[in-house]
Amino acid sequence: MVIEPILISLKTASVAILFTFVIGTFLAYVVFKMKNGVIKSVVDTILTLPLVLPPTVAGFFLLYIFGVYRPLGRLLGYIGIKIVFSWPATVLAAVVIALPLMYRSAKGAFQQVDPIYMQAARTIGMSNVHIAFRILFPLSGPGLASGGILAFSRGLGEFGATAMIAGNIAGVTRTMPLAIYSAVSGGNMELAYSYVVVLVLISFIFVWGLNYVTEHGSNKRRASSDQD
Amino acid sequence: MLKLKKNKLMPILIIALALMMAMFGACGDSSSSASSASSDGATSSETAEPDEPEVPAITGNVAIAAAASLEKTFTEKLIPAFTAANPEVTFDGSTYDSSGKLQEQIEGGLEPAIFFSAATKQMTALVEGGFIDAASVTNLLENQLALITSVSSDTTVTGFEDITNAKSIAIGDPASVPAGQYAQEALTSLGSWDKVSASASLGTNVTEVLNQVAEGSAEVGIVYATDAAGLADKVKVLAIAPDGSLEKPVIYPVAALIKISDADQEAVAAFIDFLKGSEAKAIFEAAGFKVL
Repeated sequence: MVIEPILISLKTASVAILFTFVIGTFLAYVVFKMKNGVIKSVVDTILTLPLVLPPTVAGFFLLYIFGVYRPLGRLLGYIGIKIVFSWPATVLAAVVIALPLMYRSAKGAFQQVDPIYMQAARTIGMSNVHIAFRILFPLSGPGLASGGILAFSRGLGEFGATAMIAGNIAGVTRTMPLAIYSAVSGGNMELAYSYVVVLVLISFIFVWGLNYVTEHGSNKRRASSDQD
Repeated sequence: MLKLKKNKLMPILIIALALMMAMFGACGDSSSSASSASSDGATSSETAEPDEPEVPAITGNVAIAAAASLEKTFTEKLIPAFTAANPEVTFDGSTYDSSGKLQEQIEGGLEPAIFFSAATKQMTALVEGGFIDAASVTNLLENQLALITSVSSDTTVTGFEDITNAKSIAIGDPASVPAGQYAQEALTSLGSWDKVSASASLGTNVTEVLNQVAEGSAEVGIVYATDAAGLADKVKVLAIAPDGSLEKPVIYPVAALIKISDADQEAVAAFIDFLKGSEAKAIFEAAGFKVL
């Protein structure tokens, strides 16, 4: 077993989660604060779509945007950047596919926060940014953390969109899922098996951590409400 | 209630049956009248055009079993071209599938008149199995390996020799894709495989490779010449794998089967001659094949 796909997958998921976490939380906050119900539900639906659509659809759109002969791809080409078939493409795919998980977890967490805290903060003249960072985000901690873990694990396992925009270059874009697919296509079940074991183990650990975080979070919340 | 319904149903059933019988009867009538009409037409045209040479039109059915990669060429080009000259010949029961599957089906009782394989292996197996006379086998086509790039590409690569100048290369995964195995063999014989395999993206099928090149994701790629010809509006062929770079070229042999009904013999022979003729050669070449 070559260890490269494991390292590439971990590297991709780690970098991707930085983007996913920030963008997902930000989008959730924007939607959370939206007043117009129609726009809110439309935006919410669009941000959730990648969760239910096959990753190949996301891959298609990414290829349509970043493809070498497509508008944005061409623009980037002028300054010497080629996204497709490069390692950043694996990150891009992982971010897009994992974003809905982060977004929905964050939005759900925000909705769980009792609005009375925010109202109280507003009465003493705290700015929205302050309220967000001092009250809303900390109180949503467990939800954000579990969203982050989910998104990380999803990024680790991303295959469809990755194969479409990043290709399958050994040592560059061949992540674990791609290595598994290549191995099975080539009839090398033993190799596939070892990657599968590694991927399942890593995912198991993270999802276990996720359960710990959510349990821990709800216990804490229960404890604090007991105090009330 | 039920009984009553049954009683009511009976006449309906009888009427339906009678109607069906009448329809079948009519069908039989119409077909017989149609055939008599067509024979009338034939005689009338004979009398109307006495100048035409009195060669009886070739009749019969030619059931083709051909590799899936030939399907489009057959159904869209070869068969229409042949039937234009021989309108009495039919191609009922023709089937297109992977050569290995067709071989199994023929061994299992499928009785086509012609077998057109995408590799010599299956043909040899059927010759050994007693389905095909070795003398009737013709190695008709070669599918070559093509180095392709997008039509809008500005690559500096000119051939297999300088393929390593490409920033990104797409090939089929040699572990699972035959075209990838051939690509590996060709590049190994040119001494560049190690360098290429370190940076190439390995596709799980040849169509994926084709589209990655068409989209420009990969600067160049290696596919069959026929695949490249099928997407000529998006990819262009930079070079064909040099002679001798493949130990065993990709050969498409064709042969008539031993067991053909007498009524079809003439049509089958005519169609095989047609496949070896100049008109078919142009069609095969347009599809990307090299005619041997």
